[in-house]
Amino acid sequence: MSEIALELRGITKRFGSVTANKNVNLCAYRGEILSLLGENGSGKTTLMNMISGIYYPDEGKILINGEEVVIKSPRDAFDYKIGMIHQHFKLVDVFSAAENIVLGLEEQGRYNIKNATQRVSQIAEKYGFDIDPEKKIHEMSVSEKQTVEIIKVLYRGADILILDEPTAVLTPQETQKLFNVLRKMKEDGKTIIIITHKLHEVLALSDRVAVLRKGEYIGTVITSQTNESELTEMMVGQKIDLNIKRSEPVNPQKRLEVKNLDCKNRDGVKVLDNISFEAYSGEILGIAGIAGSGQRELLEAIAGLQHIEQGEIIYNDPKTEKSENLKDKTPLQIRSLGVRLSFVPEDRLGMGLVGNMDIVENMLLRSYRKGKSFFLQKKEPKTLAEKIIQQLEVATPSANTPVRRLSGGNVQKVLVGREISSSPTVLMAAYPVRGLDINSSYTIYNLLNEQKEKGVAVIFVGEDLDVLIELCDRILVIGEGRITGVVDGRTAKKEEIGYLMTNSNGGKDNE
Amino acid sequence: MLSTICAFINAAIVQSIPLLFGSIGEIFTEKSGNLNLGIPGIMYMGGISGIIGGYLYEKSADDPVPLLLVLIPLISSLLGSTLLALIYSFLTVTLRANQNVTGLALTTFGIGIGNFFGGSLLSLFGETGSISLIKTGICYKTPLPFYGKLGLFGETFLSFGFLVYLAIAIALISSFVLNRTRVGLNLRAVGENPATADAAGISVTKYKYLATCIGGAIAGLGGLYFVMDYTSGAWTNNGFGDRGWLAVAIVIFAIWKPKSAILSSFLFGGLYIICVYIPGLSSSAKEIIKMLPYLVTIFVLIIISIRQKKENQPPASLGLSYFREDR
Amino acid sequence: MNNNAKKTAHEPFLHITKRGDISTAGAWSVRLIAIAVSLLVSAVVVVLLTGYNPVQVFKAMFSGNFGSLSKVRTLFQNIAMLLCISLAVTPAFKMKFWNLGAEGQVLVGGLASAACMFYLKDSLPNILLILIMFVASILSGIIWGLIPAVFKAKWNANETLFTLMMNYVAIQLVSFFIMLWVPSGSSVMGLINASTKAGWLPNLFGQKYLINILIVAVLTVVMYFYLKSSKQGYEIAVVGESSNTAKYIGINVKKVIVRTMTISGGLCGLAGFLLVSGTNHTVTKDLAGGMGFTAVMVSWLAKFNPAVMVLTSFLIVFLQRGAGEIATVCRLNESVSDILTGIIIFFIIGSEFFINYKINFKSKHKEEK
Repeated sequence: MSEIALELRGITKRFGSVTANKNVNLCAYRGEILSLLGENGSGKTTLMNMISGIYYPDEGKILINGEEVVIKSPRDAFDYKIGMIHQHFKLVDVFSAAENIVLGLEEQGRYNIKNATQRVSQIAEKYGFDIDPEKKIHEMSVSEKQTVEIIKVLYRGADILILDEPTAVLTPQETQKLFNVLRKMKEDGKTIIIITHKLHEVLALSDRVAVLRKGEYIGTVITSQTNESELTEMMVGQKIDLNIKRSEPVNPQKRLEVKNLDCKNRDGVKVLDNISFEAYSGEILGIAGIAGSGQRELLEAIAGLQHIEQGEIIYNDPKTEKSENLKDKTPLQIRSLGVRLSFVPEDRLGMGLVGNMDIVENMLLRSYRKGKSFFLQKKEPKTLAEKIIQQLEVATPSANTPVRRLSGGNVQKVLVGREISSSPTVLMAAYPVRGLDINSSYTIYNLLNEQKEKGVAVIFVGEDLDVLIELCDRILVIGEGRITGVVDGRTAKKEEIGYLMTNSNGGKDNE
Repeated sequence: MLSTICAFINAAIVQSIPLLFGSIGEIFTEKSGNLNLGIPGIMYMGGISGIIGGYLYEKSADDPVPLLLVLIPLISSLLGSTLLALIYSFLTVTLRANQNVTGLALTTFGIGIGNFFGGSLLSLFGETGSISLIKTGICYKTPLPFYGKLGLFGETFLSFGFLVYLAIAIALISSFVLNRTRVGLNLRAVGENPATADAAGISVTKYKYLATCIGGAIAGLGGLYFVMDYTSGAWTNNGFGDRGWLAVAIVIFAIWKPKSAILSSFLFGGLYIICVYIPGLSSSAKEIIKMLPYLVTIFVLIIISIRQKKENQPPASLGLSYFREDR
Repeated sequence: MNNNAKKTAHEPFLHITKRGDISTAGAWSVRLIAIAVSLLVSAVVVVLLTGYNPVQVFKAMFSGNFGSLSKVRTLFQNIAMLLCISLAVTPAFKMKFWNLGAEGQVLVGGLASAACMFYLKDSLPNILLILIMFVASILSGIIWGLIPAVFKAKWNANETLFTLMMNYVAIQLVSFFIMLWVPSGSSVMGLINASTKAGWLPNLFGQKYLINILIVAVLTVVMYFYLKSSKQGYEIAVVGESSNTAKYIGINVKKVIVRTMTISGGLCGLAGFLLVSGTNHTVTKDLAGGMGFTAVMVSWLAKFNPAVMVLTSFLIVFLQRGAGEIATVCRLNESVSDILTGIIIFFIIGSEFFINYKINFKSKHKEEK
């Protein structure tokens, strides 16, 4: 192959006690497409952020064209002709594409948006982009915005392009178009690194695949000499025994039935596509999937926070044995139907709790409406707060400490504690152990298990496949807003789930 | 009839100039995402610092040179208003204080300084009476030399002191800078989306400071025009009135566009004095007419929020302070 | 290959981070230090302007506030009015709704009272007239506050600019009615019902303004508990902190905005009533006298806590009246009080930075590496 464009030697990056990347070695050649493959949280984005100047590595070296370099800011990265296209676009809405592309540039000569527009068109023509440089960003589709980001990087003369999950927001047709463009860039001698977890795309596009797992570099293989099962195995690794206790479901009953659910996000993109499943009482239903595959929208739709395009959510009341359709109901209406639905959202301090309020006041969020009095009743929530602090061993100076001052694990204990205190019949938890240490994580697993044993229908959205396999009775796998499979937690293999997660297109013929 | 109309146009232009300076200054500031409600105070400050500079010079020089009579008040006015804008920038950009509270405090402060020195300048120097800088006033009011030869047209449009033309020139230049230069592009990006601007390597802090200070200096000229040209070098406490707030209104009415601000200022200036030119108007009806500028501004505000056209919105980060690590 | 990049890419010497760990005592001590420093600076300014020594200055300030019974009475009356308007804007601010329209809401409230006095004269028993004025003022304030609130709730219209503009509409409205009512073409309206005193709040125990002061005292307590202990106050706090959380627990954010602005506008209207019926017995376009804006600062400085607002409004009024006294003694312009108010507020809002952020100095050798 041709010469090495980029080389990483022994890169390590830590965030506090968490090691995001450990001794990673990697190289990318000129004129190739390298895929960087790994599960959620395997450290792919962190690694690439160090090349593009967002983070600075704790240890290790970065070499560009064989020379050691120091990259401390995005500016430096530009100077070394490195450009990264982030998952979240950084564009000014009311500007045109061309204006966004030249933003912040210090070019020679007078500013002339017409010249810039022409150059943008030239670049677009060269690589086969389809773009109107004068179109405003807010009038653009997601794929057009992505195109603007890519041209922005090319306009700055990048030779090494890093794309973070570029196909996550694209339709299959748009993805094909993007791939064609990337291939043209490769022919032009550019180095392209694409972060992804979609196996079929890896196989279709890249020359080589580098795999990361839990922050560590596993290896690089040549695409033409590998296959999906080998890659899946490299990506998910061996099963680790976690020793989470799991009991058999007792007398499971249909508690929640989701039928043919469709949802769109704010940009009008379909995020849930024909989702149907049932959640039973006395079991933990796991939901596995790549981050952003529609898990959040699914839980929010059930909780009444997300507009539902189509479909039904039926709740079967264990006491009255009546069935209610929760579609188009607000959280308050759902509550007044007597549905005891608890929800531990992903965004703990931005949604589930109020950071500036103390523990007692946060208890009130769910219960403040109780009673006819004009005034708040603080006695009950105070008792509850103290009970939670004691039973869940929340480390806090007092019940009157603002929750933002607590550590992540303690914040989560407060939130989960409050949500289970209303003795729910359905408990939904989104990534409840994200960012928590081992001990706190086990506290949460035990709480979920307790609820299950009490006959609650628990829905658990997780990212760690080992945990999902050991904790859940059944696991629903979602890919790109569609259900790609349902597996039994007791017999499922990690590779099987990993395959379902990454293979949303192949999901159907797999069943 | 024609002469009445011309007199009205002439008077409307005179009225519009402080508003134009003020609104251009505020547009510049707001484009960087800073909602500077201290503009009314800054305009008072611009006026009084011009007065102080002029007073000290007239007092010290036996035979004042016309050029210096113009330059000294001009420079001291610019310094005074920039100083206040600097206080605002330091508090809101560096210390990330709340923009509304800072702005209102600055207005209190600026009007206080204006009225204090306006009322006490003479007594501080052991004199009595009220401030009247006749010589300076005359210099500021000197019209273009050839206007008399152009008859009614010259009388209507060219009989002003230089600050009038400066105001229009600044408005046109501002429009050019904001829309046709790299600096303008960067500035608008800072006001729309500071995180994006930051990522593109633009110094958000630098742009916010510069835009606020330049904007403040421009707005201050409105106060200078008022005291030197409009009132011919005399200061009356609270004489400037609520023109500062009218300037803030024009920013909305002109939908943050400097060129539209020229026409809007003229319209608002005209509404300010139109009652004088309508015969037989009761004094109560005059007050209703004075209400119109604010009513139409509210109307515009409602329309732009209902229509939600992206190009006509206030800068997206208006009123918010930027902290990189909040991302 | 690129030396330039290496040179420009050093890490900043100062690094600022957000901090969440300052204690309440720590925060208040930072604020107290700021107030102390600001008073020092103000003293220097006054000394420079007047040539008095600081002791004389503070003496004059003190006697300006407490020099005589009537001065004390005016002091408390001024505090009461400023406090009343500050209490009015607080629920809105706590919800992060920038009601800068208190000035206008007070004015229309006062205008309504004046209109009742002017048209009804002594045709009704005084108590009934006062009751009608009371209701009319509050209703007018509510209308003035609701207009921007509805547009905010429905179309997200920028409330800062909207409420600001509403002030000047109110000012012109007052001017209009004064012109309508005063036949001579003078722009000043004299005392209304000067002979009959119809619609004037009576003196309590022979003390002027006592009713005003008592009403505001009660209002302070009520507002304190409303914000702290009522369900509605709780909803206001949640909406202000995070509208996402509010939706998560099923709060109707629009409803809360409209309801809170009803309260805010209504209380401003009440202040207008107290100013016309209980204080001035007439209406002018300076009725609120900038208090609508000062109230924004009072409320902000007190961190929206009504109990602390008693202190902050005392501080501001004390300063203004003291400075007024200095101005009289030294034959200077009374606007010196505005300058001092400005200085003090600059210092206190500036000090918030040191409460919310931490400045970390980078050690030199780390930078070298």
